[in-house]
Amino acid sequence: MKRVYVPRDSAALALGADELAAAIGAEALRRGVALKIIRNGSRGLLWLEPLVEVETAAGRVGYGNVAVEDVAGLFDAGFDAGGAHPAGVGLVEQIPYLKNQQRLTFARIGITDPLSTEDYLAHGGIQGLRHALAMSAQDACQALIDSGLRGRGGAAFPAGIKWRTVLGATASQKYVVCNADEGDSGTFSDRLVMESDPFMLIEGMTIAGISSGATQGWIYVRSEYPHAVATLEHAIVLARAAGWLGANLLGSGKTFELSVVMGAGSYVCGEETALLESLEGRRGIVRAKPPIPALSGLYGQPTVINNVVTLATVPIIFARGAEFYRAFGLGRSRGTLAVQLAGNIRQGGLVELAFGITLRQLVFEYGGGTRTGRPARAIQVGGPLGTYLPESQWDIPLDYEAYAAVGAVVGHGGVVVHDDRADLAALAQYAMKFCAIESCGKCTPCRIGSTRGVEVLQRIRDGDNSPRQVTLLRDLCDTMVNGSLCAMGGMTPYPVLSALNHFPEDFGLPPTSADAAAA
Amino acid sequence: MLKAATPQAQDLVARHVQPGQPLLTILHAIQAEAGYLPAGVISPLAQALNLSRAEVYGFITYYPHFRTAPPAALVIQVCRAEACQSMGAEALAQHIEQRTGCRFAEHTAHAAHQAEQPDTGVSLESVYCLGLCALSPALTLNQRLHAKVTPAKFDTLLAAAQAELAQPPSTAGEIL
Repeated sequence: MKRVYVPRDSAALALGADELAAAIGAEALRRGVALKIIRNGSRGLLWLEPLVEVETAAGRVGYGNVAVEDVAGLFDAGFDAGGAHPAGVGLVEQIPYLKNQQRLTFARIGITDPLSTEDYLAHGGIQGLRHALAMSAQDACQALIDSGLRGRGGAAFPAGIKWRTVLGATASQKYVVCNADEGDSGTFSDRLVMESDPFMLIEGMTIAGISSGATQGWIYVRSEYPHAVATLEHAIVLARAAGWLGANLLGSGKTFELSVVMGAGSYVCGEETALLESLEGRRGIVRAKPPIPALSGLYGQPTVINNVVTLATVPIIFARGAEFYRAFGLGRSRGTLAVQLAGNIRQGGLVELAFGITLRQLVFEYGGGTRTGRPARAIQVGGPLGTYLPESQWDIPLDYEAYAAVGAVVGHGGVVVHDDRADLAALAQYAMKFCAIESCGKCTPCRIGSTRGVEVLQRIRDGDNSPRQVTLLRDLCDTMVNGSLCAMGGMTPYPVLSALNHFPEDFGLPPTSADAAAA
Repeated sequence: MLKAATPQAQDLVARHVQPGQPLLTILHAIQAEAGYLPAGVISPLAQALNLSRAEVYGFITYYPHFRTAPPAALVIQVCRAEACQSMGAEALAQHIEQRTGCRFAEHTAHAAHQAEQPDTGVSLESVYCLGLCALSPALTLNQRLHAKVTPAKFDTLLAAAQAELAQPPSTAGEIL
């Protein structure tokens, strides 16, 4: 029977994929065409969603931006045999956007049915877990250290060091916690993992458990991602039935249990200690460090806490070996980075590549420039706490150290493009406002500083751009950077100061001060 | 809001408190069933979980997702974060205010602080990222996601949602 793929990812659903799948099924029935509709994950080519694919002898042929109204026309064109149609995009794997990527972590997304254990096994799943079960916990931690994998949530801490710290701690109970509170605007790679390849995250967490001595895992998913929660919960049931979770993992005698908990709309719960507080049933208030969660985390026990993409990258490292993964990337940024092209961009989606590509290549060669067709002006990298990069910085290679050298952050890999109509003073004020809304309130620089920041930026935007106001703003930012307990208050000044330094004209200041700041 | 627990609230709590479940999970289950967290659940929850009522109250009111009053018939959540802003989310938000006659609450993400809009049956809430940043601007109407929303597309969606709400509940399930 012919196989037709209609994605079940949130991005496709938001453009009517459920209605589309139903319409294709009904039309096939009406015409007496035998079809099997598979609800695959997304390929990450989000600008083409809903992207319908059909299996042909030459490979999977795609039809992009398909609407319910197009269904009859697709059948007329013989789309189920790959027939020509205006929506046709040819062989999906030959689309340069996808073909030129280095998909390691995201190798399976969109190809498989996310809830098929057979598909997962057929596409290399569970090999990593088998290898990890055959290793000692010490060797497993060392393998992860050797791979060079650093935390993809934003902090970029070496994942293997964290695991080894937990392994070395003595405790009756240890935990693995997955931070799936992906709150940064411009990011969706965690969501893609959870909705399009959930077994990969489950496998990665299980490997983390057996490598660190933890037997219980939690995935803390934000409430804005109900589809991800539902997919994960279903996948956990299937994984348990397949022997990939629970007691006696793959007959090894080792145990790992896993549960999902949904957050409740607080951005600061993406900070690891606030997340642990929230999981324990308290307000998401940041904890002072030390102690670090690896020694005193969930319920005071040693806890591996990693981001979704970090944990989802673990299976391929164990399946193919640390050297394989390490061969990608440069310097101290090893492996691949999942960049998410977002905002005002023509071809938004997921681009996984080895570290080292430039923003200009990403936004123009992959992204195709702005969706409005106007010149791009400012690009924010790394979420709401990341800097706005002006064109003069678009040729810096995207890696942790090169970005840090210019005061920017890679963060979780979100890239949000703004065109020439963007008001950077308004965006700077929004950054402060967002901090005021989301601050947990524990430390003064963040709680009070953000509100004062909104006020001083309002005075500047109202035309009072005297040196006094700008000095006040810089002084306030200095206090927030150096005095805040966590990155919420500590990094809110990044977008603010980068906007001020690189786009002074938006603040009513002479453009010359930009050169002074850059020099 | 520390009202005495009604038998209904006692029952809600009794059915949803499971050993080992995080407080978040319990509250989500209650809200999923009742539509919001009635004040009466606080005392029985505190008792069942060995917490103070202040701790339960403090927890509920910290998180924007939890509602302490019944939601409007039509809840519209509009993403106001950077990626959506870059594609005109603020102009869209203004259009939505104008079209619905409602207003977004200022300077708070907390649903419980949203201004009451009793006459329109619509409530407007700001959210910060729905994870559809490559297809901005994004919003939800009664939890259904919509991306690449223009003012014209919003008008169509609003009309469809209001038509769906006007139907008797027995047929609403047949739309899919």
